[in-house]
Amino acid sequence: MAGMKKASELSRRGFLRGAALAGGGLLIGLDIGGGNRIAAAAARAAGATFAPNAFLRIGSDDSVLILAKNDEMGQGIFTSIAQTIAEELEADFTKVRVEPAPAGPAYNNLAFGMQGTGGSTSTWANFTQLRQAGAAAKTVLVAAAAARLGVEPATCQARLGRVHHAASGQSFSFGELAEAAAALPVPAEPALKDKKDFQLIGKPVRRVDSLAKVRGQAKFSFDASLPNMAVAQVARSPYFGGKLKTFDASAARAMSGVLWVGEVPEGVAVVAKGFWQARQARAALKIEWEKGDGGGLDSETLRQDYARLAATSGTVARKDGDLEAELAGPGIQRLEASYELPFLAHAPMEPLSCMVHLKDDGGAEIYTGSQFLGPDTMTAAAVLGVPAEKITFHNHFLGGAFGRRANPRADFLVLALNVAKAARQLGRPIKTVWSREDDIRGGFYRPMWHNRLEGAVNEHGKIVAWRHRVVGQSILAGTPFEAMMVKDGIDQTSVEGASTLPYDIPNLEVELHTVKSAIPTLWWRSVGHSNTGFATEHFLDELARLAGRDPYKLRRTLLSQHPRHLKALDLAAKKAGWEGPKKPGIGRGIAVHESFKSYVAQVAEVSLDAEGRPKVEKVWCAIDCGPVVNPDIVRAQMEGAICFALSAVLYGEIRIEDGQVLNSNFHDYPLLRIHEAPQIEVHIVDSNDEMGGVGEPGVPPVAAAVANAILDLTGKPVRRLPIFPAA
Amino acid sequence: MELKLNVNDEELRVDVDPGTPLLWVLREELGLTGTKYGCGRAQCGACTVHVGGEAVRSCSYPVRKVVGQPVKTIEFLDQSVVGRAVEQAWIELDVVQCGWCQPGQCMSAADLLSKNAAPTDADIDLAMRGNLCRCGTYPRIRAAIHRAAEWLRDTAARS
Repeated sequence: MAGMKKASELSRRGFLRGAALAGGGLLIGLDIGGGNRIAAAAARAAGATFAPNAFLRIGSDDSVLILAKNDEMGQGIFTSIAQTIAEELEADFTKVRVEPAPAGPAYNNLAFGMQGTGGSTSTWANFTQLRQAGAAAKTVLVAAAAARLGVEPATCQARLGRVHHAASGQSFSFGELAEAAAALPVPAEPALKDKKDFQLIGKPVRRVDSLAKVRGQAKFSFDASLPNMAVAQVARSPYFGGKLKTFDASAARAMSGVLWVGEVPEGVAVVAKGFWQARQARAALKIEWEKGDGGGLDSETLRQDYARLAATSGTVARKDGDLEAELAGPGIQRLEASYELPFLAHAPMEPLSCMVHLKDDGGAEIYTGSQFLGPDTMTAAAVLGVPAEKITFHNHFLGGAFGRRANPRADFLVLALNVAKAARQLGRPIKTVWSREDDIRGGFYRPMWHNRLEGAVNEHGKIVAWRHRVVGQSILAGTPFEAMMVKDGIDQTSVEGASTLPYDIPNLEVELHTVKSAIPTLWWRSVGHSNTGFATEHFLDELARLAGRDPYKLRRTLLSQHPRHLKALDLAAKKAGWEGPKKPGIGRGIAVHESFKSYVAQVAEVSLDAEGRPKVEKVWCAIDCGPVVNPDIVRAQMEGAICFALSAVLYGEIRIEDGQVLNSNFHDYPLLRIHEAPQIEVHIVDSNDEMGGVGEPGVPPVAAAVANAILDLTGKPVRRLPIFPAA
Repeated sequence: MELKLNVNDEELRVDVDPGTPLLWVLREELGLTGTKYGCGRAQCGACTVHVGGEAVRSCSYPVRKVVGQPVKTIEFLDQSVVGRAVEQAWIELDVVQCGWCQPGQCMSAADLLSKNAAPTDADIDLAMRGNLCRCGTYPRIRAAIHRAAEWLRDTAARS
């Protein structure tokens, strides 16, 4: 058709313009630093390639491509992986490109023994391995240069992407050495740099993915497309555990763009030419569901059940001293409190999707955004009944994950495979997409929790007894992780942060009631700590009030054996001016919590608005995560964690009635908006202690710091989250 | 039905149901996947584009309404001085995390800066409150808009 531009031309033009701009000419102001570092297939190295290990490809064109073993979901891991490898490689960082690694055991996360990203493990678990990968490649490049010059390797030095021989003044770029290097042996245990010589590690290097993301060029799972691709949406049971009874698809099948409608194990799938046609046709389906196991489930009833259970003894997760004897002693003041937390959805901004292209050999090419390529490969092979070698994954940027894309049950992968199998006769790649409603209602929630706490303070104001009963569902029961993480009936993720309470309290008990229900649960950024961080740290302030003690000073007394908690606590208190005068009309709260091997303390300032509603004005955050690869990314993770947690503190609550989720989208599952975001100041403890994670540890103290500030301001504790329930 | 559109200064024709939201025409017919889907009901702003110089939520904007009006998407952001300032500020302050919401954030920020050269925090909060970010980049979004405004003022003063 005359005058009609093909879509591909339009987007290609956009890409070329972007590529030209990355050279710098048109930008105003400063050098942007970041550049577009996300490798596209077309930009791969041309000519000979030196591939010393699974993580590095050095081309004769001087390109340095890093295959990132961990998934980039916003946490900045592509950048810190690149920094780590480039540091030891002595690469020119401006020439380094990063792309997601394929699936394969070479990319196993050393924290898990399988390929996957989660648990705030990526940096600490793989740091040494990645340094070695860079150092090994550098050693070989130096050897190649030395051989070419006929000199000893020790007389050559790698620097900024070249190997220099000072005595002769000669040098070769890595690209010039790539072909020769490819023929040389790669050392298994290369020498690593002394950290005092680090040029990249520890520096606030710009993110490698900023430009691609700002320009809309970064490819996410939802953006994936193939020629002849179709788009599917699936009507799944609105009831937990519900089953399809009957359906009438005559209206849907007659609609424009609809290619196929049929049954899949999860419900009824509509395959159409595009998202909108699939959505419209799905809405036109007439379906009858059978309620099944979850039919009568109701979150309000569950709350009452949990409260009843909390009044009874549970399975003991920790027992120090003799709590009952202490509680009966003279001069004791007791306090009992319950803290209730709701089911929460992860709600990543990019809804879930997965494209499956079935191959003639029974295998598949799978295009998705997963935190769990290792387990997903096994799942896909099992669903298709083929060996794992016939499955090829193409992972993308993850538009947020927070645990949702690391599902041992692989729900969105299995759904897409089932649709592809059922509609195989179309002969098209099929991308199964989730609407926001599918995401909010589609199951896998942070469990609902009830915490029953009892504490006792003696006549000297000392906390002498502490009992914490946790009631909630196990995340790990029934998953392959059960064997590893569920011991003696205790799912460690249910009590983490409670059973690991660091405070010096002589008589302490932690108990667990594990509840079974048809509501599917999953880890949600900081997992069990998202509950226990709130309950323990808010209860401590309630006890401090009872004892007439300053919450900061009381914590200091109780943490004398925990220097890393103390350092974070002291730094946050100092920066927030805790010991100085309080501002009028402002409540102040402090909290500290260890999770994922890092120690985070926060001070929150809260005011009341004209209607008496709490408003979080400012949060100071201090973290000790050990040695830091990129301090700006650590700061960004703390800022993000604080905002993420505030969504839950203020609004987050999935409500269930008669086995169905009542929420559906952001109007009734609100997230924090910019006008509600506090000022945030992040400080990093200068630390040579063991390295910890940064993706999750910023979350757990937030709710308690805010609740403690509300308690300080109003005298009233926060016994239930969210603070502003929708109903 | 065939519709004539003007997208990023290109005249083109598409054959779609005129009730289709602009978002899906951009993403699926034109391959412009920089504009993102987040909610489908104008709650999150990930799909923000400019139509006739105004920021709109393309997920809830039928394509027939843009006939005769120029549409600009994130892929075109760097073609204006304001857009370049936004892009540069976003990169200098490393605003992005997961990145899914950021094209929409940038389009809303460019819309604000094209109308208000020196926005206050309150102006920013008002203009940007329709754009959700689950990663919590809000403090940096605020700072980046101030930074972009500063550059625009400096650039204007120099020329």
